[in-house]
Amino acid sequence: MSNNMRSAVILTLKYVVLIVLAVSAIYPALWIVLSSFRPGASLFSERLIPETFTLVHYKELFNNPSFQYGQWYLNTLKIATLTMIFSTILITLSMYALSRFRFRGRQSILTAMLVLGMFPGFMSMIAIFILLLQLNLLDTHAALILVYSAGSVLGGFVVKGFFDTIPRSLDEAARIDGATHLQVFVKIMLPLSKPMLTYVALTSFTGAWIDFIFARLVLRTKENWTLAVGMWDLVNSFQNSNFTLFAAGAVLIALPITLLFFFLQRFLVQGMMSGASKG
Amino acid sequence: MRQRGIAAVLSTLFMGLGQLYNRQYIKGLLFAAIEVSALIWLMPNIGKALWGVYTLGEKTQGFQKVGKLNVRVEGDHSIYLLISGLITLFVLAIFILIYIMTIRDAYRTGKSREAGIAIPSFQETLAYVTDKKFPLLMLSVPIIGVLFLTVMPIVFMIMLAFTNYAAPNNIPPKSLVDWVGFDTFANLVTLKTWSATFIGVATWTIIWAIIATVTTYIGGILVALLIESKGVYFKKMWRTIFILPYAIPQLISLLVMRNLFNGQFGPINQYLGYFGLGKLPWLTDPFWAKVTVIMVNMWIGIPVSMVLILGILTAIPKDMYEAAEVDGATSFQKFRIITMPFILFSTVPILITQFAGNINNFSVIFLLTNGDPVNGDYQYAGSTDLLVTWLYKLTLNNSQFNMSSAIGIVIFLIVASFSIWNYRRSRSFKEEDMIQ
Repeated sequence: MSNNMRSAVILTLKYVVLIVLAVSAIYPALWIVLSSFRPGASLFSERLIPETFTLVHYKELFNNPSFQYGQWYLNTLKIATLTMIFSTILITLSMYALSRFRFRGRQSILTAMLVLGMFPGFMSMIAIFILLLQLNLLDTHAALILVYSAGSVLGGFVVKGFFDTIPRSLDEAARIDGATHLQVFVKIMLPLSKPMLTYVALTSFTGAWIDFIFARLVLRTKENWTLAVGMWDLVNSFQNSNFTLFAAGAVLIALPITLLFFFLQRFLVQGMMSGASKG
Repeated sequence: MRQRGIAAVLSTLFMGLGQLYNRQYIKGLLFAAIEVSALIWLMPNIGKALWGVYTLGEKTQGFQKVGKLNVRVEGDHSIYLLISGLITLFVLAIFILIYIMTIRDAYRTGKSREAGIAIPSFQETLAYVTDKKFPLLMLSVPIIGVLFLTVMPIVFMIMLAFTNYAAPNNIPPKSLVDWVGFDTFANLVTLKTWSATFIGVATWTIIWAIIATVTTYIGGILVALLIESKGVYFKKMWRTIFILPYAIPQLISLLVMRNLFNGQFGPINQYLGYFGLGKLPWLTDPFWAKVTVIMVNMWIGIPVSMVLILGILTAIPKDMYEAAEVDGATSFQKFRIITMPFILFSTVPILITQFAGNINNFSVIFLLTNGDPVNGDYQYAGSTDLLVTWLYKLTLNNSQFNMSSAIGIVIFLIVASFSIWNYRRSRSFKEEDMIQ
């Protein structure tokens, strides 16, 4: 009997902890979503759930001439999609080469990748800025796409680790049947690495979607900005005076990424795991 | 002279000549075209590049009397000189590399001619390259991208640490920048204002990295075990709820948190008020700001470790637990002897990667507190600033470029020593070829 009691108490405790954790996980998101529907502009509110709901802040984002939110949305979508395509191609092809072939200089390339990844990212910002200035690429989206895609290769260890786990006998068999390296890659490796591809595509898309450090440096005119830059500006200039507008903007930026994440969750976890077990 | 010698000497004289001599006409013309275009571009630039990198410019911007007018004369811009010099030198290095490769190619083809082997046609060469040299072909584009967009900028910044490029006295185009050797590093250690900030910020960086890594790791294990424990229903639902913080982009969640913890109007202080407790200076007091940063980091980081550890838990063979139960093990013993070693074994590499990542965790600090509250004893840094955010402020707000480069090098040394140690001991390095 007492044993039963004890386990009942423990179970109740478990559920209490779970509920507390769930509330703290959900609360910030819930709060910002509800705030975006709240009339008025202030951060302070007597209650969590507003008495009346309004869409006025969302409308203002798209109608207010000083925001150009719609334009930023399109810019960001363009940059993120192209970055995703280019970096996925670059990463998978180069990691396929590094995982499958043994050639001179391979170890040095791997070590160089590792070492370069350890420098703080924006140590290189000033130099890239001047480089883009001299190439006349400042304030263009092409510059952002170029830098994001080129930089993404350094983070390819996860992909290499994944390719390492695919048995080599598969491609050797195809090679004996006369397939070229490119055919082996497209017809055998790619179909087998769908979770990895999804992982790489999603992380590079999200990376470009939310980067504001580099984007702020490169994009100088307002109509070229990305969402993250605009958002950062919004926060810096309006945070206290127009909090609900910030909330609406935040919801619109976070929504696509969060939805993508939940749809592709399975692939993400697999991708992370396969990188993890390899170190 | 034998054919290999002639081919090699011809190739050394002018790129492509050796190939032409070997009757590989298309290849030879292609190489010759490369050399011609390289010479056209390099000839006027190379001298200026060497001079620019060596002197960093000699003419200061100034005024000159032309007739009765004072006309401004543009001086040398040291930083542009340094960068364009570096680019030229990088291109030159690539060119020399190609040069050496063509000479070797001419030599080899000459050798096979002597042996009486047929010279490969252009099509055959192409087929050879796409087959045998496939990896290098695939890697050439990313390597060039990384060379100019990552390696060149890093070399540039390392060089900056050895100059006096800093406000207020040495900012081009108004004045020149000079090489100063190790003065910047010496200042960082010996000048009281710099060294106090450096030691303070570096200490907090290390403390932060340890606490941030440990709290998220242990938190992740506990949450994962809780979800997987006996008697808990709706496991999938709990999992989905707890993943939510991971799914929201950090940029957004951190800015939201900044409002949530707002000292005056934020809801957290509001709720504390309901319970009759006083308001807390979450972001404005040096101590509480550090607490807030660590708490918010747990909110963001625990879901990540939870997902990882849930994955590992499902991989533990069930019969191990059954065997332990037969032997009469309590649930704590099962945890200590089976679960924990399993988790540790597969996550130690990630743990160290996360630690290194936390040293460079820019976004949490920058977006949440921006390094504030201000610390009067520090030079251009606040109480929660990490080395990276300090570096960022020094570069973009205070134009202390040489000092920020020196700090960047220090960060690199710290992170590198951890990562290399980790990499060398990890299985994937030692047994790379054994898994396949």
